[in-house]
Amino acid sequence: MKLSYTVLEGEYARAGEASSAVKKVLKQLGVPAPVIRKIAIAMYEAEINMVIHANGGVVDVDILPDKVFIQLTDTGPGIPDIEMAKREGFSTASDEARDLGFGAGMGIPNMIRNSDFFNIKSEVGKGTTVEIAVNL
Amino acid sequence: MGYMNTMQKHHSVELIPDKCIGCTDCIKRCPTEAIRVRNSKATIDENLCIDCGVCIRVCRNHAKRAVTNGLDVINDKRFKYKVVIPAPSLYSQFLRNTSINAVLTALKRIGFDDVLEVSRAAEMVTEETVKVLKEEARLKPMISSACPAVIRLMAMRFPSLMDNIMPVAAPIDVAASAARRMAMRKGYKADEVGVFFISPCSAKATAAMYPIGMEKSDVDGVISIADVYLPLRNIMAKLDPSEYEDLCQRSFEGMGWAATGGESADARIENAIAVDGLENVIRVLEQVEDGQLDDVDFIEANACMSGCVGGPLTVVNGYVARNVLKKVRANAASIPTDRGRAVDIPKGSVNLRLTKKISAANLQRFGQDMGEAIKNMEDIEAIYAQLPHIDCGSCGAPNCNAFAEDVVLDGIPVEDCIFMMRRKVKELAEEMADLAKKMPQTMTGD
Ligand SMILES: Nc1ncnc2c1ncn2[C@@H]1O[C@H](COP(=O)(O)OP(=O)(O)O)[C@@H](O)[C@H]1O
Ligand code: SF4
Ligand code: SF4
Ligand SMILES: [Mg+2]
Repeated sequence: MKLSYTVLEGEYARAGEASSAVKKVLKQLGVPAPVIRKIAIAMYEAEINMVIHANGGVVDVDILPDKVFIQLTDTGPGIPDIEMAKREGFSTASDEARDLGFGAGMGIPNMIRNSDFFNIKSEVGKGTTVEIAVNL
Repeated sequence: MGYMNTMQKHHSVELIPDKCIGCTDCIKRCPTEAIRVRNSKATIDENLCIDCGVCIRVCRNHAKRAVTNGLDVINDKRFKYKVVIPAPSLYSQFLRNTSINAVLTALKRIGFDDVLEVSRAAEMVTEETVKVLKEEARLKPMISSACPAVIRLMAMRFPSLMDNIMPVAAPIDVAASAARRMAMRKGYKADEVGVFFISPCSAKATAAMYPIGMEKSDVDGVISIADVYLPLRNIMAKLDPSEYEDLCQRSFEGMGWAATGGESADARIENAIAVDGLENVIRVLEQVEDGQLDDVDFIEANACMSGCVGGPLTVVNGYVARNVLKKVRANAASIPTDRGRAVDIPKGSVNLRLTKKISAANLQRFGQDMGEAIKNMEDIEAIYAQLPHIDCGSCGAPNCNAFAEDVVLDGIPVEDCIFMMRRKVKELAEEMADLAKKMPQTMTGD
């Protein structure tokens, strides 16, 4: 089944609502708890990144009997050096975001750790697309 | 629909059908969406109810209640020696008398042979909590096991956090088994001792009889604060301070557990979050689930605003009670006492850890396997798309989404939605109008 969410620009307080909604559906479907936890963490981090590093975006989720596929697309500033962005502790988060507790530079590493498939495509000035798949 | 969880089998909250007028107040407020109006009565789905007591609080017709024993249990002839174990929230209910010895003396006069304060047991649990927090390789954050409504909520909505639950026993269970053992030391046989818990809430009333994370309970009966309040107040009003027995065990830190923040304060945990009110609790647990609170040591979560002093079976407003509790603690601390901890619970005589793993509720409401569940979920989405999304509640479900689930999963007719009914009537009327325009060919002819 397919689900789609819009993540709003600058809405720090509401960031995480899409992952929360997906979590609810996965629980209802009876997805095992450890798998939900992986999906929750990976998707939350990616959703937050769309808010703190880009200007919001769209999340498309496809739930299949054997896997969950999540695509997060934004039209933000893009990432110049993806290998650098994948490093633990690397962050360009603004002071504003840091004051709110974001910007530990662990988001992408956590997405990689908690997914069975991870891909990030980005073009400077155009935007970023993150793809996450977790096997059920 | 298969639910395989013993925790969900036992409940104290129930509907009094005669008083229910079938309004939508409680169905909209129930945090687990466990209530539906069926045949104009607000019925509770036992598989979803967590005994939080919110519905008891909101019903203006008093049609929801918690089943407890009532004061009559003390006349039960089976018991030769009766020990009462009051929750510390009881002390916060008497605005004009903040003496703990007054409350405890009055309790004995009601007909109990001895008292053992749950707050004393809470302090022993605190020591155990501190030990657990020092253990290496524990999960972070640990979540308090003290509020049974929160634990049941977690079993249903946060299955991935079950291992984060603090594996210590609830203070009631510790107090109850200590009470029985202390009476047995006086020469009574185990089954001659009656242990009665004075409860601020429905969740604890259920958990006292059917403990979570333990094999069996030492509690023989539960009396709500509301039921004991007036008799106690009447006795207290007549007691002269010179008549107060020195029964207080000076467990002032343990008393703090009755209000939000008290448990972590007692354990001196700096890096702790104390959250109350189920909506807030759910929000914090969501964050734990998302891995956002992995650096926090401890989460103290209470279903009720202000904590147990605001429990659904208390009498005084929770915020007022919280202030009274502060005075009670200060007052008791200022009175010297001989007894003090003389009735201390011997270490090692009671179990301070949970003996059974608390497991998640096996909610398979949406289907036995993923394929079936996804199919049902898609059907639900399709029904939901046709509904007006105004969550009016006149279908008997708390919102349009829950109604769509009921239609697909429970076979509720979609016409129970008045908007869908109206649409159908309109379609039929149009069809009839069309038919009325048609003339049988036998009657036509120019
Ligand atoms: N959607 C995005 N748009 C632009 N830049 C991004 C996006 N996601 C991640 N980045 C870049 O990658 C870096 C690392 O991301 P992450 O590991 O989540 O750490 P953090 O968010 O704490 O900075 C960010 O600081 C940012 O420079
Ligand atoms: S006790 Fe709480 S969970 Fe149970 S029906 Fe009432 S409001 Fe819902
Ligand atoms: S907070 Fe206390 S009174 Fe309220 S449900 Fe939980 S245990 Fe009961
Ligand atoms: Mg990030």
